[in-house]
Amino acid sequence: MIVFLAPATLVYTAFMIYPLLDSLRLGLVAPGPGRVEAFVGFDNYRRLFTDPNWAPFLWNAIRNNFVFFAVHMLVQNPIGLLLAALLSSQVVRFRALFRTLLFLPTVLSIVLVGFIWRLILSPIWGISKDFLGLFGLEHLNRPWLGLEGSALITLSLVSVWQWVGIPMLLFLAALVSIPDELIEAARVDGANAWQVFWGIKFPLILPTVGIVGVLTFVGNFNAFDLIYTTQRALAGPNYATDILGTFFFRTFFGVQLQPGNPTMGATIAGVMFLIILTGVVLYLFGYQRRLQRIEL
Amino acid sequence: MTTRGTPSERAPRPGKGWGHWAQVLGAHAVLLGYTAFALFPILLVVVNSFKERRAIFRTPYALPDADTFSLVGYRTVFTGARFDLYFVNSLIVTLGSLALVLLFASMAAHALAEYRFRGNTLLGLYLAIGIMIPIRLGTVSILRMMVALGLTDTLWSLILVYTAQGIPLAVFILSVFMRQVPGELKDAARIDGASEYRIYALIMPLVRPALGTVAVFTMIPIWNDLWFPLVLASGERTKTIILGAQVFLGQYVNDWNAVLASLTLAMVPIIVLYVIFSRQLIRGLTQGAVK
Repeated sequence: MIVFLAPATLVYTAFMIYPLLDSLRLGLVAPGPGRVEAFVGFDNYRRLFTDPNWAPFLWNAIRNNFVFFAVHMLVQNPIGLLLAALLSSQVVRFRALFRTLLFLPTVLSIVLVGFIWRLILSPIWGISKDFLGLFGLEHLNRPWLGLEGSALITLSLVSVWQWVGIPMLLFLAALVSIPDELIEAARVDGANAWQVFWGIKFPLILPTVGIVGVLTFVGNFNAFDLIYTTQRALAGPNYATDILGTFFFRTFFGVQLQPGNPTMGATIAGVMFLIILTGVVLYLFGYQRRLQRIEL
Repeated sequence: MTTRGTPSERAPRPGKGWGHWAQVLGAHAVLLGYTAFALFPILLVVVNSFKERRAIFRTPYALPDADTFSLVGYRTVFTGARFDLYFVNSLIVTLGSLALVLLFASMAAHALAEYRFRGNTLLGLYLAIGIMIPIRLGTVSILRMMVALGLTDTLWSLILVYTAQGIPLAVFILSVFMRQVPGELKDAARIDGASEYRIYALIMPLVRPALGTVAVFTMIPIWNDLWFPLVLASGERTKTIILGAQVFLGQYVNDWNAVLASLTLAMVPIIVLYVIFSRQLIRGLTQGAVK
């Protein structure tokens, strides 16, 4: 029995749990004289949250990250729900084909997706101009990724384009597992499709709504690749697209003239850890408990 | 269902009335429109990668013809970067990690599902922590560890990290499936004198669908990852295809032929893989895997 459990537990402990805990510890030390690391308590955190060299960047990254998350919740998940509702409808033909094609962007690397959209949105190529022109909206064509006001929202929408497949499939799985008798009974009572969806189906898939929410949260607060690929490590223009992932990378790895700072990097990872943990715990205790009450 | 504003005659029944057909048509229109939106950027890149530079800008929506067809982008890619090497690196890392994840996770899941021992639930929960907490947050410490072990700029560093990353979800999914294997089967084998290893080997073929699902789930994020190759193995010899493409794209950003060709080259393997395994992947996501 030990033989069966040992390999997985050892590798997992050594390369996942230990680094996570050790990272939290590194957030509490700072390099002292002679490159010996000394325990400094919560000094790093205090610096990160109050020092004028750190705090504005941290708050900027946190705020941007919440905007990033909000766009996913308000755009990605409703679109995922809509597509799932359509794909679960008996009257739609070629459902399997649609499902496969709609999920394709999700399996591509974020790096490639970021570059593809950079090309599409590039004023040099002019694809976005032609596209807007179809609707008579040429005047809306701007270098979306280059403007401080629009870069973050644009990148959030690119991320939505890629990841919408995940909520779509999770909602679809929940929708197809609803017993037909329930829906048939409502139909007989004279409910139309809209009423059946919001009155019967949606309440029944609430657990999936919660799972999608928490997965979106964890994924968004851990995001990095898309911003790094399209805007480089400095998350331009003028840090307008800096999220916690890029701030973490820049700090511990260094960028251009700024040398890397592993302990402050670990401190930022600690902040990310606390944010993600708070989200997961809120979901586990708040959301699930409320659902149990509804079921009773 | 307290708000029932419409009379029952208006309930849409299959095959009845214009309202029904309008709904069917509308559903297809929305799906077709969104599918086009999902595929258009990908197709645009692939199609234009086979054109000469002027045609990319003049007629971006046309298929390449005899005049505009050109492979100059692909030539630049193969002279400017070692995409063949990157591809092999990605293959080694992905398949190596995948093999270890499947082996270790199936063994652990078997033990958790089969044996009643103190701390069984606790160990299951311990192994599940990693499903929600991203391994990326431990990067500072992982980098130090790899430096200490002398493993930086080796493919081993990536394989070890990805194995640890893949184990939690794999154990979780596999143990759910292994609990469904009837106990009589194993007891019968035991009476016949089979060793515990033999019983493990006996169960493996029975959970093959689950192994397929886990394989796809494990493989895609590893193949697509940028973070760990960037931090742990950014040397020219150990670049994965995604890191290689990322660096190449940064250097050749103004050479549109090369950019489009390298994007296409980096996309093709995962699209081929997806076409082969999409049924398994979608079945996994839509059945029990996450619920």
